[in-house]
Formats: sequence, structure tokens, C-alpha cells
Amino acid sequence: MQLDAKIPEGPIEKKWDSHRFHLKLVNPANKRKYTVLVVGTGLAGGSAAATLAELGYNVKSFCIQDSPRRAHSIAAQGGINAAKNYQNDGDSIYRLFYDTVKGGDYRAREANVYRLAQISVNIIDQCVAQGVPFAREYGGALANRSFGGAQVSRTFYARGQTGQQLLLGAYQALERQVQAGKVKMYPRTEMLDLVLIDGKARGIVTRNLVTGKMETHVGDAVVLATGGYGNTFFLSTNAKGSNATAIWRAHKRGALFANPCFTQIHPTCIPVSGDYQSKLTLMSESLRNDGRIWVPKKKGDTRSPDKIPDGERDYYLERRYPSFGNLVPRDVASRAAKAACDEGRGVGPSGLGVYLDFGDAIKRLGQRAIAERYGNLFDMYERITGDDPYKVPMRIYPAIHYTMGGLWVDYNLMSTIPGMYVLGEANFSDHGANRLGASALMQGLADGYFIIPYTIGDYLATTKLAKVEADHAAVKDAEKGVKARLDKLLAAKGSRTVDSFHRELGKLMWESCGMARNKKGLEENLSAIPALKEQFWKDVRVGGAGEEFNNELEKAGRVADYFELAELMCRDALHREESCGGHFREEHQTPDGEARRDDENFAYAAAWEWKGEGEKPELHKEPLQFNEVHLTQRSYK
Amino acid sequence: MRLTLNVWRQKGKDDAGGFVKYDVPDVSEHMSFLEMLDVLNQRLILKGEAPVAFDHDCREGICGMCGFMINGQAHGPLRGTTVCQLHMRHYKDGDELWLEPWRAAAFPVVRDLAVDRSAFDKIVAAGGYVSVSTGSAPDGNAIPVPKEIADRAMDAAACIGCGACVASCPNASASLFTGAKIAHLGFLPQGQPERERRALAMVAQMDLEQFGGCTLFGECQDACPKGISIDVIARMNRDYWLSALFSAPPSAGAAASG
Amino acid sequence: MSSTAPAATQRITLFYQDYVGKKVAMALSGVVLFGYVIIHMAGNLQIFAGREQLNAYAQALHANVPLLWIARIVLLLAVGIHFYTGISLAGASRAARPVRYQVKGQRHPNLAGRTMALSGLVLAAFIVFHILHLTTGTVQPAPFADLRPYDNMVNSFRVIPVAGFYVLSVCLLGLHLYHGAWSMFQSVGFNHPRYTPALRRFAAVFAFLLAIGFSVVPIAVLTGMVR
Repeated sequence: MQLDAKIPEGPIEKKWDSHRFHLKLVNPANKRKYTVLVVGTGLAGGSAAATLAELGYNVKSFCIQDSPRRAHSIAAQGGINAAKNYQNDGDSIYRLFYDTVKGGDYRAREANVYRLAQISVNIIDQCVAQGVPFAREYGGALANRSFGGAQVSRTFYARGQTGQQLLLGAYQALERQVQAGKVKMYPRTEMLDLVLIDGKARGIVTRNLVTGKMETHVGDAVVLATGGYGNTFFLSTNAKGSNATAIWRAHKRGALFANPCFTQIHPTCIPVSGDYQSKLTLMSESLRNDGRIWVPKKKGDTRSPDKIPDGERDYYLERRYPSFGNLVPRDVASRAAKAACDEGRGVGPSGLGVYLDFGDAIKRLGQRAIAERYGNLFDMYERITGDDPYKVPMRIYPAIHYTMGGLWVDYNLMSTIPGMYVLGEANFSDHGANRLGASALMQGLADGYFIIPYTIGDYLATTKLAKVEADHAAVKDAEKGVKARLDKLLAAKGSRTVDSFHRELGKLMWESCGMARNKKGLEENLSAIPALKEQFWKDVRVGGAGEEFNNELEKAGRVADYFELAELMCRDALHREESCGGHFREEHQTPDGEARRDDENFAYAAAWEWKGEGEKPELHKEPLQFNEVHLTQRSYK
Repeated sequence: MRLTLNVWRQKGKDDAGGFVKYDVPDVSEHMSFLEMLDVLNQRLILKGEAPVAFDHDCREGICGMCGFMINGQAHGPLRGTTVCQLHMRHYKDGDELWLEPWRAAAFPVVRDLAVDRSAFDKIVAAGGYVSVSTGSAPDGNAIPVPKEIADRAMDAAACIGCGACVASCPNASASLFTGAKIAHLGFLPQGQPERERRALAMVAQMDLEQFGGCTLFGECQDACPKGISIDVIARMNRDYWLSALFSAPPSAGAAASG
Repeated sequence: MSSTAPAATQRITLFYQDYVGKKVAMALSGVVLFGYVIIHMAGNLQIFAGREQLNAYAQALHANVPLLWIARIVLLLAVGIHFYTGISLAGASRAARPVRYQVKGQRHPNLAGRTMALSGLVLAAFIVFHILHLTTGTVQPAPFADLRPYDNMVNSFRVIPVAGFYVLSVCLLGLHLYHGAWSMFQSVGFNHPRYTPALRRFAAVFAFLLAIGFSVVPIAVLTGMVR
């Protein structure tokens, strides 16, 4: 298979404009004859469904939650980047583009990233017009902050709830179209398979999560905006329901999966407190602006933090990275914390934690100033841990947060299956090997509001789509396959719960395919994961029936997919013999422990093709060309 | 610690429900309330019983999916906290708890502690938005919004749509939810053109969904995990009756040209 | 959103159909009753100025018959609207929660708000009794003479159950008016973070004074201060 990214010709700043002109249009009167199925209602899916409906297409929108307003985009705290340069501090579209490619450790497609930076300014305008209550200055202008170590202030925010407010904007736009009759909403509905007819995506098989009934929806194109696959690790900052089943089913139907090993670890999360832990809670990265990170110098020091004098503390980030100190990028901060804990200097009952200490900041600025900046975060920390961070240093530890990898898409956001588009975190496109803070919201909304509405029209206008009957053989086949799989899960009647398998898988992945990876660990995983998968199918206990509300059955189906995806992640991590961004291979580091990229051999997107059960997937490479950005080694010393 | 739970079990919307007593002997104080239920469910599954169904997703207090009554209080006893963020250190050994779903005619039970809140979506669909299609927006700074106004809009916009206000209201009224959306958009200049229609349509929809009326008990604002004040209800009422009685009839010219 | 605004003729009915409209109806009828209660109290307190003053006041009120009936009709309408709307709101609340909670866990102490329906019903019963007792003289726990309120009050309030019911009712009236007065402003949307708390305090003080103002009469009679 030859991967064609369909990157338009011309200078980078003209590519999107000229491409939009060359895209074919659907006659306004004909739009209502097309039906688009949009799966997922987060920033990408919600904005896409609303905008496609505004244009006149019939949209069917699906989500697993009870309302489209609950998608996990809602949990994003920090903000959304845009190259508005309202602060007059030297920002520009080109700078945002450059920062994003560099921050992604040069593993993203230049043309996509440039378009993202261009569109970023429209997103802010659109959201303001919708009534998103962004933070404002006293004069009434939009406020900005600098985020994630950026040198300019380009992040727009709505308190610590930016994701929520942006999502509500998209949700409200979506509900407006529901009212107008252009969107039919299917909440509590899970996509379990993709239907291909004549090689094109023409429908999805779904399960109603309340009644358990299966249904097939046919349409002219399918848009997947189902988020990332961080929950492969069991413990992550993702919502409990976030899952990879939709993209994995599409992958097994022929969509290539790109860069699955690019996972982002967030350094400031609340540590695990026990084996009942169900998820990890992220604390905004902004805490590192004033907090100092340290561990005791001595191994196994169990004294309480206030009993450890300053001289016996190791402020390891300040020591190792004197110029960036506590503000080094997410991946660097995370690995340094792991290293300290691996040396036996971790703190807290589990030994998997480091201190984030505001003692000095409180002395310098006063408790009031700190409360103004971080009050809500401190409250949240206290609610969860029972410790008062004004008095006792916070304990933090890295956790899986975001997945840069995803289904491969071309410049039009179309996967390798004609008629199937992938948006937001579910695709692999814009963040390379590492995502910058406040860029996920930007990408989701760019894809949904401003890219898919153009590109999908070109496909519909230029493709001959025969009418599909609900009893088409391909539909029946897909339905039969889904039902057989659910029956098999129910029939196992084994002795272990779904969660116990998922936890075990998560542990394997966290140990060997988490913050740091090596050949040995990955190879071990490649035999341990299939073995665990086999055991799962024999010994899982689901209970209940298929045609009823059955949360365990939902989880079982998702976990079954995680085994296969986890295997692919390990395989990808093993093949990528370099360290870049969120992917750190212990074999590939500089003498002082920094990541070493290999641009000669690995400046490509690795897109994997499913070859069947038990078969090795096939690797396809999309070479990445850097005409604008100069490749350098990142250094934060 | 050891807890006794009385959990409302109900198979489906039209089935009869009742309380079932469970003994949970090994609760750690660091667990969240939902993690405690996870532990109970793992045990029920292995015993071949149906696990307790409850809605949840983000488990960090923002998605609004979780929520049920603990001893008659929405999201449990802690102020400003959803049940996913409520930790067991607030209970003591030997406590007996009663877990009930949100109860309202507009929120039929889906199963056990999970209810159907789609009535909220319908209220928003009736008018909880600014009608601005993608692409038609002016520059973000074209209309200045005073900081105080943006802050107050944000206070109202913080609503997570969990339904605790309805659940705790003695009248099962959705006024806090509806008022919060009307206030959020009503504060902002972008929300002004549709302010009258919005209030009329959303209040009418709220009534259609069989929510009760507000009598200002104040229970909702104490139960709201985001601390939204009943002041938003006053704003909703004002917008509503002013629009109902004084909004201008449609222009004859618009009808002729439309 | 619906595309057309309602026609002028439909507005009032549409308005009243929605619960906010009902709340405004409660508030407006409440204002009328509130005003009446204040005037009534002012009248009652003239008992302390002596028999002639009070009886003359009563006769003066009845001098203009058309005006008297206009006032009575307005009051009856207000009571009717207040009562009917109150009942229908309470009914809607019941219907909105067909299955009750097993355990109650009230967070917001609000005695006045929670007892509005109860105090309203007791007051309705009291009003009926009160009119039959002191206006028409149909019920006569003590000798009754038309348009001689001083004598009627002194005679009646010597009967302890009558005085007791009266005091209880005016206390409930205070409670009812307290919640009614401040929540009325919320219902019609007069609300401001700076003034609403003050308004609430004012309502409390006012309701308290009102209950006292009405109660002093039977207490004065019982203690022999007025005879």
C-alpha cells in the first residue's frame, strides 16, 4: 500500500487556501440527500456534527454517555492556543506552527500543523461568538496566559475549565441542530463495527447501552471522533468510559494505525493510593510555575517532609536543568520523576511520588497570592488526598494523559478507508511525538469546525455512492460478527472480572511501554500480552445478558480490543529504535540521560496495517519532509 | 472500616424497585465513593450477581455524569463535591448508608442508580445557545466584555448538568439548571439578540418535561457541586415574564419578505 | 426556538400556563394581600385608642358602599388567584416527584419556605373563620354586633381557643409573609447581589413586627389591658 498524504502543492502558507479552492463543492440543494454518521461528541465530533448539519447534511451523532455534553474533552483544564498575537509579544501563525513541530519532536506533518496554526485564530472567534466565557481583562479584551513553557502568551482560557466551556459551546451548537431536525442524536450508543461496501465506509453497527439491542446505521460517510486510547494502561487521566473500540474496529477493517507508541505522560498527577484505584487525576501543569519539585537525597528516607532540612533535599529538576528548572517539558519532567523513584528516593506510602512544594512560594508571595492562583487546584488536591497543600507539600507522580498516535489520515483527515474520516485525538496527525499544552483543544475544534466541513464535501461530490439497503450482505455480516463476539464474552463464565484483566494489562504496559521502554521489556510484553489475551477469553466472567443494560459487557468488549492494541503499541515502540517526544528508548539516550532522536532512519510516520488474527501487522512508512523547520536536538539545560 | 449499604435496585424504567442491603467490610479511607462501589461490584460479579449500575465517567467532578442520593443528600454530605470526588474518609466504621437514584418524573430510572437526564438536553435544544453558524463570527475582540460580566457569566456557565439541583429540590424543579444557562448567555453581549426567545422557549420546555416549579427553598444551591446561586433563577424569571408580556410581535415586513 | 412571538391576546394565557407566570401571579396577588394586611393591622391597633375611635373607623370604612365592594372584590380575587395558583403549583410539585425519597437529608434550613403550603392552608381556613366570625357574625363564639369591632374583639378574644387560634394564625402569617416577601422579589426577578440579602433581612423584621402587631390585640384583651 502506497500512503498518499495528499499534501497540496505550493508554499506552506498557501497550501490550505489553494486546497480549499480546488475541493469540489456539493450543490446546496443536494446536501440534504447525504447522511453523515459522526461517532463521538467531544470537541472534534460535536463541532463536526453541528457544522455539517448547519451546511445542510443530515447527521446522525453517536455517543456512549447519556448526553453529548459529557465527552471527555470536558475535563481539559488549561486552555486553548491560538496565534492571535493579541499580546503583541511576537506571536504569529508561523511561530505557533514552528513551536508545535518542534515540541512534537519533529514527527508531525508540516502542512497539517501549519493549517492548524492558521485555523487557530478562527476557533477563538467562533467560540467567543457562541458565548464561551473566556477570561477577560478589565478593559474587556480577551486575556491570555503563557502555558507549558511557551515563550509567548497565546493561551486563551476560561478559569480552569476551558475544555468544559468549549465543549458546551459545541454541544449547544449541536443541540441547536437537533432542534432544527438536522441532527439525530443517539446517546448511550456504542459503535461496535464499521460497515464497508465496495471498499467504502458506509455504516456502523451499534449497541444501545440501555436495551442492549444492536442496530446498523448506514450513511454516505463515517466520521470517527472517539478520542484517544490512553485507557489501554487502565490507570490514566482519561474518563472511565474513554475507549479505543471504534478506532480499533476501523483498524481491523482496513484503516492504518499510525505511531501507536506515541503516548504522553503528564508529570503532575495525584499518585496512586491503593489497588482499588480507578483513575488518576491530573493537576494543572501551571502548578510547576511556583512549586518546586524535590525528593530526599537519601534513599528510603521516611521522615515527614517538614523534618527534612533543605540541605538533604534534592531539587533534581533545578539541578539537572538549571535554565528551565521546574518548567522543563512534560516528557522530561516525567522521566526525571521516574528516575528518582527508581533510585528508591520516591515518597509517599507506595514510594511512587515526588514532592511539589509550595513552601518557598508561600513565603515569598504569601498564602493569599498562592490561593488566588491555584486555590481551586489546592482544594481539589485536598478533597482527594485529605492533605492540605498549604501546609504539606503535594505528592505528584506522572500518569498517562494523551495519545499522539491514532488512525492514519491524509491532509483531508480521511483514513485509508475511503469515506471514513478521523478527527481529534483519534487521528495521529498534528502533534508528532509529543503534544504541547493547550494544543489538544485547538486541534479537536480545528478538525471539526473548519476542516472536515470542506474536505468531506469533496469526497461526496466526487464519489459515486450506491444506495445501501439495511439488509445488505455486508451489514448482516458485520452484525453477525458483533453478536458472535458478545456471545463469546458472555459464554466464558470464568473466574476473573474484566477489571482484573485490565489492571494486569495496564501494569504490563506501564512497566514496559510507559515512560521508558527497552527492547527486553517490549519483547517480553509481546509474548505476555497475547498470553493474557488468551486467558481473558477463556477465564473472564461477565455475567448478565446481551440484551440489557450491561456495563460489564461493555467493558469486556473494550478490554478485548485493548489487548490487541497494546500489542501493536509494543511492536511500534520496539521497531522505533530512537527516542523522541513521549517515546523514550533507554538504548537511545545521550550519556547524561537525554533522549536521542534518529532523524536519518526514523523521520517517518509508522502506519500499521492489520493482517488478521495472530498475524504480524505490516508496517507502512509515510516519510516526513521538513522544508520549513530546521531539525535540532531539544535541549533544556 | 465496615459499612452497610442499602442500595436501590431497579432493573428497568418500568420495573418495581426496592432496597437491597450489602455489607462492605473492607473500605479504605482513601477510596472514593465510586471506588468503594467498584469493590462491591467486583465481589457481586464473582458471586454471579448483577453489579450495582451507576453512571460515572470522568471521575474528576466535571463531566456531570455521576450522582445519586446518599442518605437523602445529592452527591453525599460534602459541599461543592460530586460523588466521584467524595472520599470515604468522611465516613466512619459502622455507618449505614442509603443510596437512591435521583427521583423525578422527568428523570426516569434507567437501572439502579442510573437515571435518564435527556430532559436537560431538550431544554438546551429549545434555546440554550447563540445561533451563530460556523464561519460567521467577528474577531474575538470585536465586542469588549467587561471582566466582571465575563466572570459572572462563567459562574453560571460552570454548571455540569448533573441534575443534583432537580434531585434535591422538594419540587423536583429544574430552575437552577435552566436559569444557569439563561444567565450565562444573558450576561454576555453575544447572548442578547436571542435573549427573549431563549427565556420563553427554555422555560416552556422545562414545564413540558414535567419538572416542578421553583419555590425558592434554596436546597438546589446547597446541593450544586459547582455552587451556582439561585440568583440565576431570578434572572430567568425576569427574562421570562418581561419577554412573555412585552416582547415585540414579529414585524409584518419580515413575514412578507421571508 | 419557536420562530414567532405569541399574539397579544394569547400572551396572558400562555404566560400563566408556564410556572414562572404562575409565580408572577402569586407574587402580584401576594402584594395585594400584603398591602391589605398592613392596613388591617393599622386598623386593629386603633383598639388601643379606645372604643369610639375603632368603631368610628369601622363605620367610616363602610360608608362608601361601592368602594367597599370594589375593595372586597379585589381582595377576594387576590385570595382566589393566590389560593388556586398555590394549590396548582403544589400539585405540580407532587406530580414532578411521583416516587418519594426513603431518606431525607435536607441541607438548607428553611422553615418558612418549607411550610408555605401548610401555613397557606391554615391561613385559608382562618380567613374563612375570621370572616364568618367578625365580618358576617355567622359564627358567634361570643355576642356579636354589626360594625362594632371593638366590642366584638374584646368579647371574642376573651374566649381562649379563639384568641389562641388567632395568635397561631398570625404567627403563621408572619412566617408565610417572610418567605413570600423576599421570594416574591426573586420570582419577578428583582435581584441584586448587593440588595437581596438586605431585602431578606428587611422581610424578616417586617414579618416579625406584623405578627407582633396582630398578636398584641388578643394578648391585651386576655391580660385585661383592653376591656
